[in-house]
Amino acid sequence: MLKQKEQNSQAAAEKGGIQAFSGYVWLRRNLASIIALMIMVVLLTFTTNSFMVSTNLISVTRQVCVNCFIAFGITCVLICGGIDLSVGSVVAAAGVIAVRMANSGMPVIFAVLVALIFGAIIGLFNGYVISHTTIPAFIVTLSVQISIRGVGYLLTGGLPAQCTNDAFNNLGTGSFLKIPIPVIIVIVTLVILYFIMSRTSFGRHVYATGGNIEAAKYAGVNTRSIQMRVFMMSGILAALAGVVLAARLYSGQPSVGEGFERDAIAASVLGGTSFNGGIGTLGGTVVGVLIIGVLNNGMNLLKINSYWQYVVKGIVILGAVYIDFMKKRKSLKK
Amino acid sequence: MPSEYILEMKDIKKAFGSNVVLDDVNISIKAGETRALMGENGAGKSTLMKILGGIYSADSGTIYIDGNQVAINKVDDARQYGVSFIHQEITNISSMTIAENLFLGREPKNKLGLVDYKRMHRDARNALDALDLDMDTHSLIDGLSVAQQQMLEIARAVNENAKILIMDEPTASLSNSEVSNLFKQVARLKEKGVAIIYISHRMEETFLVCDTVTVLRDGKFIGTKNTKETNDNELISMMVGREFENMYGNERAIGGDTILEVKNLSSSYVKDVSFTLKKGEILGFSGLVGAGRTETALALFGIDQITSGEIWLDGKQVSIKCPQDAIKAGIALVPEERKVQGLFLSHTIATNLSFQVLSQFIQHLRVDKKKEKGIIDRYKKTLSIRMASVNQLVSELSGGNQQKIVISKWLAANPKVLILDEPTRGIDVGAKAEIYKLMSNLAKEGVSIIMISSELPEVINNSSRIVVMHEGQVAAILDPDKDEISQEIIMSYAV
Repeated sequence: MLKQKEQNSQAAAEKGGIQAFSGYVWLRRNLASIIALMIMVVLLTFTTNSFMVSTNLISVTRQVCVNCFIAFGITCVLICGGIDLSVGSVVAAAGVIAVRMANSGMPVIFAVLVALIFGAIIGLFNGYVISHTTIPAFIVTLSVQISIRGVGYLLTGGLPAQCTNDAFNNLGTGSFLKIPIPVIIVIVTLVILYFIMSRTSFGRHVYATGGNIEAAKYAGVNTRSIQMRVFMMSGILAALAGVVLAARLYSGQPSVGEGFERDAIAASVLGGTSFNGGIGTLGGTVVGVLIIGVLNNGMNLLKINSYWQYVVKGIVILGAVYIDFMKKRKSLKK
Repeated sequence: MPSEYILEMKDIKKAFGSNVVLDDVNISIKAGETRALMGENGAGKSTLMKILGGIYSADSGTIYIDGNQVAINKVDDARQYGVSFIHQEITNISSMTIAENLFLGREPKNKLGLVDYKRMHRDARNALDALDLDMDTHSLIDGLSVAQQQMLEIARAVNENAKILIMDEPTASLSNSEVSNLFKQVARLKEKGVAIIYISHRMEETFLVCDTVTVLRDGKFIGTKNTKETNDNELISMMVGREFENMYGNERAIGGDTILEVKNLSSSYVKDVSFTLKKGEILGFSGLVGAGRTETALALFGIDQITSGEIWLDGKQVSIKCPQDAIKAGIALVPEERKVQGLFLSHTIATNLSFQVLSQFIQHLRVDKKKEKGIIDRYKKTLSIRMASVNQLVSELSGGNQQKIVISKWLAANPKVLILDEPTRGIDVGAKAEIYKLMSNLAKEGVSIIMISSELPEVINNSSRIVVMHEGQVAAILDPDKDEISQEIIMSYAV
């Protein structure tokens, strides 16, 4: 009997679930990707002179922030059993909106708020359609992606909108105690999201909805509202990414963000989020984002041809997910 | 004023579109009473219970709990009034832990409004201990057996202080010892004064567990009986409403020469399975769920990999590595999950019927429409499939007609061996009788049939001989010419 118990908790440890939020279980679950990240860092430290340099490290962390925000949203959506392809366009449009507002002399906080509300509305729209119809999330968010891309261009007439508000630009380029401000925003966001996903009933209902939507409904969970709120979160986070990116670029550019959903999805999946829903952690996503960020940076430092970089990135992602698949199959057979 | 009844549902009406599912149904239950709810598929049992459980809402009618009229519009409302529902398909979330599942939808919170995990696990522990369940509250549902999951659902009901517990076919996939354990828990709840509504197709259980039984038919209330004052036959005639004495063919199919011989067949799921199938006979396969009946069929059909053993068909040894090999050899499988494995639901009858014999009318980019129509017409007639036209979507047909489409799809390919896995699952009585007749006619025409079934009367009355399986192996092969056959004898081999 005792043995049975032991096996049970071992099974729990291996598969994760919400419990993966507890440190040990989380570490165990993400061990492979953490080791991969460490190997990459060690290799780059010794093969290049320019990787382990504070300026480079700071610039890497600055660069990964945008993907962090988006990937957090995508992770929540995936855990809830959905997918959000609209994020890249929301990044661009929200950036343009924020810059417009900041240029008009409005306080920065309001400019940011307006952009986030824009993201929330787009997310809510996605969530509403997905939860109230049987149209797949893939199709809904793909359509929204296309339309919102157009909105971004319409807002600026196709041209980038230069940002003249220094306080705004500071959000992307400034530092506080030598830590880049975007990194600080990421950390604050991560802490808030961690609490939302792991310590509130809303969070567990997101996991439940993605794990088995029928069961969640029968348990009295309002799955429609959960889906709408999760997509709204994803929209807000994409808008936040747009704000930070625009501030870093000193301009709102309607053409940015093309393909951002790809890196965000890749980061989530590398971090152990299940495409079938119900499983995933934000901490894992951070590891995933870092892997992609370090990979990009490393390949640049190693002067690998940018066309080859795409090839390598694709192989790394599929390889990592394949290893995970093999691991799972093995534990199932046991 | 306190009522005599803990639950009264009055004049409940519900229609889906033009289809009236419940027509003025009334039901009243006392505290501590265990009430069976019986009826054919589509009689409205599940719909009635889903209305009580807050999953559907009634078009009209009233519900009283403890004598007070209540409005149940969502699952949460039902729960507030003390109604707990254990669904037929287990509704736990496998990627979450036991404690998380027990408290899904009503997580304990601390002062900050955050989920209090410590309390959740402590309360879950207490709830499990109260039912003598030895499970770790931190385990994922994934690792639990069906029976354990069911116990968990009971724990949830107890934990919610349920006054009314609905159990929908709780024993469908449990072993005997698990069933008796379940009944023990039911008895405990009953002692505590919980009213239990028990939906089951199994007569024996109804008489064993329930005090009273209500029969529904075609959405109408037919009657309520005390289980001590009624019997199987009375209940069946209440359920079907017509005389169905002659559901099975009168004559048993008699086999000719051996057509299929399986010697020591093993796969990951079955071991050393040996049997013979004669030309024109119906070989019944009986046993518990998971005994290896379906898995034997899957191995024969090349879906599960055969690890050892021989298959001889028509005197020649055949090697089956994939379904294509099996089809080429002349083996057809009508699978268990009709809608998932047997049909292209969103396609037309014609597409489905002709799928297995495309090569007969498609040659070199040319589709011979006439030939296709010929094939379709042939089966339309012989199987008496009721349809508007062959261009109707299969998803619009009834379960019985869908099953006929799957069978005829394979008949078009002229199989030597036809394997039917649970051919009448989810089909109502009338269509069942037609399927039985069809099987017996096919056998007469010389098709050799393997019929896997969980319904003992179906196995006993249709089979030429019966193979009983137990834990992946053949436990017995019963021949009515030599052996006595009864439900008890089959069960004695099956467990």
